[in-house]
Amino acid sequence: MSMKGSLSIQDVTLTYGKGEKRVLALDGISFEVKPNEFTVIVGPSGCGKSSLLYIAAGLIDATSGSILTSGKRVVEPGGDRGMVFQSYTLFPWLTVRQNVEYGPRRKGMPAPERNKLVDRYLNEVGLTAFADHYPKQLSGGMMQRVAIARALANDPDILLMDEPFGALDSQTRHTMQKLLLRVWEHSHKTVAFVTHDIDEAILLGDRVIVMTARPGKLKADIRIDIPRPRNPDVELEPDFIALKRRILNELRDEIDEDH
Amino acid sequence: MATKRTLLQSFTTPFGEIPSAAALVAACIVWALVLGVWAIASYGGYVADMFLPVPDAVIRRGISLASDGTLFVHIWSSVKVVILGFLLSAVIAVPLGLYMGTYKIVQAALEPLVNFIRYLPVTSLVPLFILWIGIGIGQRVTVIFFGVFFSQLIMIADEAHAVSRDLVNASYTLGTKRNEAIWHVIFPAALPNIINTLRVTMGWAWTYLVVAELVAANSGLGFISLKAMRGFQVDTIFLAIMLIGLLGLISDMAFRLLRRWLCPWAA
Ligand SMILES: Nc1ncnc2c1ncn2[C@@H]1O[C@H](COP(=O)(O)OP(=O)(O)O)[C@@H](O)[C@H]1O
Ligand SMILES: [Mg+2]
Repeated sequence: MSMKGSLSIQDVTLTYGKGEKRVLALDGISFEVKPNEFTVIVGPSGCGKSSLLYIAAGLIDATSGSILTSGKRVVEPGGDRGMVFQSYTLFPWLTVRQNVEYGPRRKGMPAPERNKLVDRYLNEVGLTAFADHYPKQLSGGMMQRVAIARALANDPDILLMDEPFGALDSQTRHTMQKLLLRVWEHSHKTVAFVTHDIDEAILLGDRVIVMTARPGKLKADIRIDIPRPRNPDVELEPDFIALKRRILNELRDEIDEDH
Repeated sequence: MATKRTLLQSFTTPFGEIPSAAALVAACIVWALVLGVWAIASYGGYVADMFLPVPDAVIRRGISLASDGTLFVHIWSSVKVVILGFLLSAVIAVPLGLYMGTYKIVQAALEPLVNFIRYLPVTSLVPLFILWIGIGIGQRVTVIFFGVFFSQLIMIADEAHAVSRDLVNASYTLGTKRNEAIWHVIFPAALPNIINTLRVTMGWAWTYLVVAELVAANSGLGFISLKAMRGFQVDTIFLAIMLIGLLGLISDMAFRLLRRWLCPWAA
């Protein structure tokens, strides 16, 4: 079906807390993501980016409005919406291999097929040699690579990524961006990727959504027409720099208003 | 000289690692000091042997009680009470604590009552237990159970509650259902800390042993200790105390091994 992998954010509003402590986090945000599109969401810190992804994942409920994934209204979490978190969320009691096969095993995939699938994703994120390690024995970058492999091995329609490289040093970050570009070019999943790093946004995305400061609304929707396959060298090209300037200007308005 | 200075530095560094040989030596020195003070005080005649036995009297008492087998009858009697009371408690506290830490409604329902009971001194309940249960092994097991269960329950609930929300969230995005999270995610994630809680509360079970055997036992280490008090056999009291300490130490080590075996990932 052509709907598979689509993501539709429809007039989503979210408030946290009650009474005096009430915080309006999202204020009627709407946009559409087409199947197989890589959409990056940027915005000032605290504008509701994580909240939006959590609503799409079904982990928290919108106060009003709705989110549709593959044409179906989100009411609860499900394996059709994979997520990679900023914090490390590998299951510490499972080895790398067991973490990656968690989803397929739940679905009852037979062992031979499952092993092949896991081998493929471990190879794709370059961690074949660490299959039998526990998360504790891995670096932060390795853990996020496993988290990406784990999410993809479950074959979701949509992959939600909430600043997955935010806690990594810039060296590791660049490696991870290259790896994600490569992996994505193989899978072409629909991705909604949150970051506060503009270079990362342009390098990865087909499109960058800029949000306003809290309460989060849609501020700008910028198409990134840089041809793929991409690699980090594009960051020096004039097109890239022009886009960066544009996004920075959109963001700067928001951040200045904050003070 | 350089190595000496770094050794001193490692001793005085907060959370600093020390060589295992140094750890062993330090422990031995403390033991030697305690035993030395005991030996000097008793052999030196500073304390009357009615109150403080000489070390070899304790050893001789141990050998004589062991040779006719009565010592092992008493040890087994105590071990049985502690293990039964502790197991009964753990078998209920682990699942119930997990539910309490996971589901607010279970916590809201149970916590006020549990917190009320857990501050009652167990000794104050003993007359009630005797009235209700009599003076058999059931009474002793109940004392241990009451000494351990309520705090154990709260501690295990805390461990379940402390499991990272994003770990549970991640499992949802991989297809785990809400009602599965407690056993598929929260339990394994909390397991190393649950075993630690069991280890600590096992120690409490041993400390309640003498209270349990205070009233109506006819065997056990607490029992021989109380009987010895009436006969002024201070060496037997020392023997019983040391054996309880030793058994406690062994159970402590057993739980450490259990944790390493069940949760190698948390080492
Ligand atoms: N559980 C919560 N309770 C109350 N306020 C919250 C909670 N989570 C987030 N917020 C508030 O909502 C706003 C949006 O948060 P978040 O979605 O995390 O923003 P972002 O990911 O863009 O930094 C922030 O101002 C934050 O303080
Ligand atoms: Mg965030």
